[in-house]
Amino acid sequence: MKKIIAKVYLWVLLILLYAPLVFIAVFSFTESRVLGSWTGFSTKLYANLFTGNMQGSSSLLTAVENTLLIALVSAGVAMILGTIAAIGIYNLHGRKRQAVLFVNNIPMINPDVITGVSLFLLFVFLHFSQGYMTVILAHITFGTPYVVLSVLPKLRQMNPNIYEAALDLGATPAQALWKVLIPELRPGMISGFILAFTMSLDDFAVTFFTRGTIGLDTLSTYIYADARKGGLTPELRPLMTLIFIIILVLLVVINLRQARAKNSVTAR
Amino acid sequence: MAENIIIDIEHVSKSFGDTHVLKDINLWIKKGEFVTLLGPSGCGKTTLLRIIGGFVNPDEGRVMLGGKDLVGIPPYQRPLNTVFQRYALFPHLNVYDNIAFGLKLQHVPQDEIDKTVRKMLKLVSLTDYEERDVDSLSGGQQQRVAIARALANRPQVLLLDEPLSALDLKMRKDMQIELKEMHKRLGITFIYVTHDQEEALTLSDTIVVMREGAIQQIGTPTDIYNEPKNSFVASFIGDSNILNGTMICDRKVRFIEHDFECVDEGFGEDNPVDVVIRPEDIYLFTKTEAGQFTGTVKSCTFKGVHYEMFVDTDEGYELQIQDYNAFEPGTHVGMLIKPQDIQVMRKSKVVNEIEGEIVDESHVSMMDGVFECKVPSGFAPGDKVEVRVAFDKVELMDYQEEGVVAGEVKYVLYKGNHYHLGVQTDSGFYLRVDTQDVYDDGDLVGINIAAKNIKILPKNE
Repeated sequence: MKKIIAKVYLWVLLILLYAPLVFIAVFSFTESRVLGSWTGFSTKLYANLFTGNMQGSSSLLTAVENTLLIALVSAGVAMILGTIAAIGIYNLHGRKRQAVLFVNNIPMINPDVITGVSLFLLFVFLHFSQGYMTVILAHITFGTPYVVLSVLPKLRQMNPNIYEAALDLGATPAQALWKVLIPELRPGMISGFILAFTMSLDDFAVTFFTRGTIGLDTLSTYIYADARKGGLTPELRPLMTLIFIIILVLLVVINLRQARAKNSVTAR
Repeated sequence: MAENIIIDIEHVSKSFGDTHVLKDINLWIKKGEFVTLLGPSGCGKTTLLRIIGGFVNPDEGRVMLGGKDLVGIPPYQRPLNTVFQRYALFPHLNVYDNIAFGLKLQHVPQDEIDKTVRKMLKLVSLTDYEERDVDSLSGGQQQRVAIARALANRPQVLLLDEPLSALDLKMRKDMQIELKEMHKRLGITFIYVTHDQEEALTLSDTIVVMREGAIQQIGTPTDIYNEPKNSFVASFIGDSNILNGTMICDRKVRFIEHDFECVDEGFGEDNPVDVVIRPEDIYLFTKTEAGQFTGTVKSCTFKGVHYEMFVDTDEGYELQIQDYNAFEPGTHVGMLIKPQDIQVMRKSKVVNEIEGEIVDESHVSMMDGVFECKVPSGFAPGDKVEVRVAFDKVELMDYQEEGVVAGEVKYVLYKGNHYHLGVQTDSGFYLRVDTQDVYDDGDLVGINIAAKNIKILPKNE
């Protein structure tokens, strides 16, 4: 009896979690403009999405491009800054290290709205014209702490002598960084990049406050505006389905790789 | 002489914060020598090695290599290579790439790199391991790769920082022999850091014994073993009986309440000394009249080749003795020590001399604490004075709060019928204490001194 209840509970939970996604995926294969009415199977929405042939909503594709561009650039910069910061923090000791780590963690706990508003005020104060640049800067600020947190454990695992060993064998500090330190930290840097990337994809509040008035839209701000105009653009349905599938595939690949890496370690 | 010297360390000092890790170190190392820096943890040996390697800059002094000052030259420009404590191999590279790392940086032609790597692998008996992942190797194999990697650059001097400490005993013994052979074959200078006295005795041409940032003795293994300069060296190298004695006159010393002939001269008359007797240098006889003094065997343990016995003399001193024959516990034995086996050493100190300041007529402040005492007339509050406290008049408390000042036991020496301790107070003063109670290294203690045992003298400038 207990077992049955546990199973039912699990399934109810899974259905609640995934029903909206399945719902959208199913209705991405019909032409109806109104979500929820089935007008027969069709791949027209997918075709529209790829040909850009959308009545009055061609800016959807631009929003997708913007989102990806902003996420890639900001995650890339955050990866570099975060790695440098992590190396610095690792070399600090005692109270100083605690203090810097604390400062690093604040942007992560801080509500997005507050981060967004304060960045907005800062940019206004500095007379920055808001647009791509400010959105990217803002995304870098909240992405960097995640990179720091994913690189630090790699540094702690690392034999502290390997940097010195590289110097000892004739590498200049720059060579030691490239040839020894970075390869050692790479897994942490990559997972930090992925985290920063997804945080950026996801973000609404910070983008909303820092995008200015030039009409820059990312996916999240586009959907927000679209929903307020009344009714979502139907092409969003295939787009969401595709994003979900891409992320699902990525997750499976990452998990498989991790499992394989673990296996090869235990096999030794 | 100067031509033969490869490394010359002059007046090197280093502090980290308030702790003086190295105090005015002077040392020169001959070309091709196998030198071991030996000492307990925290004696500064690793810091000294890191200064030679260029990872730490000395506060004062200089390090010369072949007549050239190394200070300020970064590690990657020094013709030295290091074998690190925990191997420090590059985990993302295979064995070949680890060994070739330095050569590739120097843009050595590929065929030459191949040749060198193969030669190095042969040297450390790891032929055909080129393609192996370093994580797949055992500790001993990883250490061999680390040695091969350091040697591939053809350093003039090889620095080894406790390279065998992570290996098990059997592997350590094998590697010791191999290291010794490698040193002989290559003819380059090895500077080796260890806290293992046996390792030092096995491997070295020269041993440098260090303690608390200062060199205690430099000598060959035999010198250091047979003629330790002070009781610390004696206790650190091998087993020994270290006893308080009095030099009566030249060639005559009194300890454990008996007079002995010895071969030492020049210690003056009636001067307190430390006497060191190695356990194998005390001869045991069942016929008590054959010995110079007598005692009763307390315990007897078989140690493989010899028996180790503890014998209480009739006067109440405990001696450690090694003999090829077993003497059952309870046996009354005679004991004999030959004159040349008695090692007499000057005592570095006979009384604690502490800087103090008079507080009032019944208190003196020293070691960051205020002690009650009887201040002789003629001193005014604020006067700087020298305070003397005999070793056996310092009282140690089991809890730090119970003492006027707190300290940590840094060093314990058994002297036959009592323990001689070195206790470092929180203010950094090194207090010597004689006690009957058993303490261990690292014990935290409170320190009290009775008023009547504090002697106050004017400060002699």
